[in-house]
Amino acid sequence: MLRLILNRILGAIPTLFVIIGISFFMIRMAPGGPFDQERQLPEEIIANLNKVYHLDEPLYQQFGRYLWGILQGDFGPSFQYKDHTVSELIFQGFPVSLKIGGIAIVLAAIIGIFLGTIAALRQNTRVDYLIMGFSMTGITIPSFVMAPLLSLVIGVYLRLLPVGGWGDLKHMVLPIIALTLPQIAYIARLTRGSMIEVLRSNYIRTAKAKGLPERVILARHALRGALLPVVSYLGPATAGIITGSVVIEKIFGIPGIGRFFVLGALNRDYTLVMGVVVFYGIIIILFNLIVDILYGILDPKVRYE
Amino acid sequence: MENIPQGRSLWADARKRLFSNRAAFVALIVLSMITILSIFGPLLSPHAFDSIDWDFVGSPPNFEKGFPFGTDAVGRDLFVRTMYGARISLMVAVVASLVSLIIGVTYGSISGFIGGRTDSYMMRFVDVFYSLPFMFFVILLMVFFGRKIYLVFLAIGAVEWLDMARIVRGQTLSLKRKEFVEAAVAGGLTKWQIIRKHIIPNTLGSVAVFLTLTVPKVILLESFLSFLGLGIQEPMTSWGVLISEGADQMETAWWSLLFPATFLATTLFCFNYIGDGLRDALDPKDR
Repeated sequence: MLRLILNRILGAIPTLFVIIGISFFMIRMAPGGPFDQERQLPEEIIANLNKVYHLDEPLYQQFGRYLWGILQGDFGPSFQYKDHTVSELIFQGFPVSLKIGGIAIVLAAIIGIFLGTIAALRQNTRVDYLIMGFSMTGITIPSFVMAPLLSLVIGVYLRLLPVGGWGDLKHMVLPIIALTLPQIAYIARLTRGSMIEVLRSNYIRTAKAKGLPERVILARHALRGALLPVVSYLGPATAGIITGSVVIEKIFGIPGIGRFFVLGALNRDYTLVMGVVVFYGIIIILFNLIVDILYGILDPKVRYE
Repeated sequence: MENIPQGRSLWADARKRLFSNRAAFVALIVLSMITILSIFGPLLSPHAFDSIDWDFVGSPPNFEKGFPFGTDAVGRDLFVRTMYGARISLMVAVVASLVSLIIGVTYGSISGFIGGRTDSYMMRFVDVFYSLPFMFFVILLMVFFGRKIYLVFLAIGAVEWLDMARIVRGQTLSLKRKEFVEAAVAGGLTKWQIIRKHIIPNTLGSVAVFLTLTVPKVILLESFLSFLGLGIQEPMTSWGVLISEGADQMETAWWSLLFPATFLATTLFCFNYIGDGLRDALDPKDR
């Protein structure tokens, strides 16, 4: 197990390198620069700015400098947010996104697996159709429709919760609901599908033949096998959700990490965009590793030697 | 003499099973209706998609004046605009899915058929791409290289081919051990001929299923980009743009959110149900 983890971390280095390389050169190839908007600055000042930020060096040299900085945990200064380094911005926004996203994905996993299991056990009954209908609705109504609707109905008409802002618990409820609903839908569908397959398999029949009670079969045997596809879905989904949903953060005005990316890209804030991309890459790789480890625990057929 | 059993092809069989699936059949009809409406609908309306009627700014649905869906905040007809949005979304669906189909099927079948070290390198490459934050790359592309329509298509297509490549490769691996491929090799066909004539046609079943499930994803991605203001540009419009505008003024003008959102959700519903139906129809397990 330890070797798997070590191997994976070593294997992640080239991946990260590719991520950094592609995004670095893509950003630099694009027209425009961080200093050419708002009011027009005199050329000498731009030249000086470029010098301070090493933008006048050849690209490969800048790339080397950037890599060296990352190795030391330094993502560089932001070009737009004065007096902030990129690391500061990321670690200011990330806890917010992590909090909402983390709660949302845990809730979604619990509710989704529960609903999916019930639907599978009552396959082709009214309960099943109801759950699957709800699930299809959750999948097809995009978050940027669901979120405004939620804030309109619950926030504006019923006045139960604030429609935006950030501060205490009641600001978190609507964004979490908006994030959770589609995830519940996906997870319920996945669980139902794999659960139906597992319930037909031989080892479940054996367990039944042994006379084990239904509940034990479900909890100890069936769920374990049925959760495999859910686990591999949850890995990237969690990574995506805790790094901030651009849409949800925009609609509810949440100071998370998602908005930095779009703002950074629009303002040509090279270092900020790079920082977010690299950060996201690391989180994705981390969660893929967690999925692999969980697979080894859940699936007796998978053994990491 | 008349009782000679007719051979049924996989596709004829699948079509019959698809049509007998009620949800998929209804979805197919609704989708065709939306398509036809998006093509011919604007012709029926007296208004153009970008013409401004100053007397009817932010008007609720008004049938007498020919604004069945109302108008937006600057007095443009929302019905025609929603139909233009439908055109964009359906076009994205077709073009981007085709891009992902072509790249994915070619890549996957070559990787699987050649096998060996080539295969493992090609798949390693796909693995690396999997951990790239693709949403970010699409956004970067849109921001940096201008919001040109064909770029939206290309960017989305280029993002969505990875799963397709994996699925086709898996199928190819099992297909290439079949006798008819051996026969083709013995018959002296080149590798490329075998891939084209024997491998790819036999993967089309799962490809078709996956494609119908890719389409809603692609439509959603385009709407999402447009919602953020990174996709289609004014005065052209798409469902994402309309929903974004509608969401801003939903407290006063419910119609500006309701109609585009309903159309988007219905279309996504249809594609999902067709995809599900197709999967059941092509699945040899429950014949």
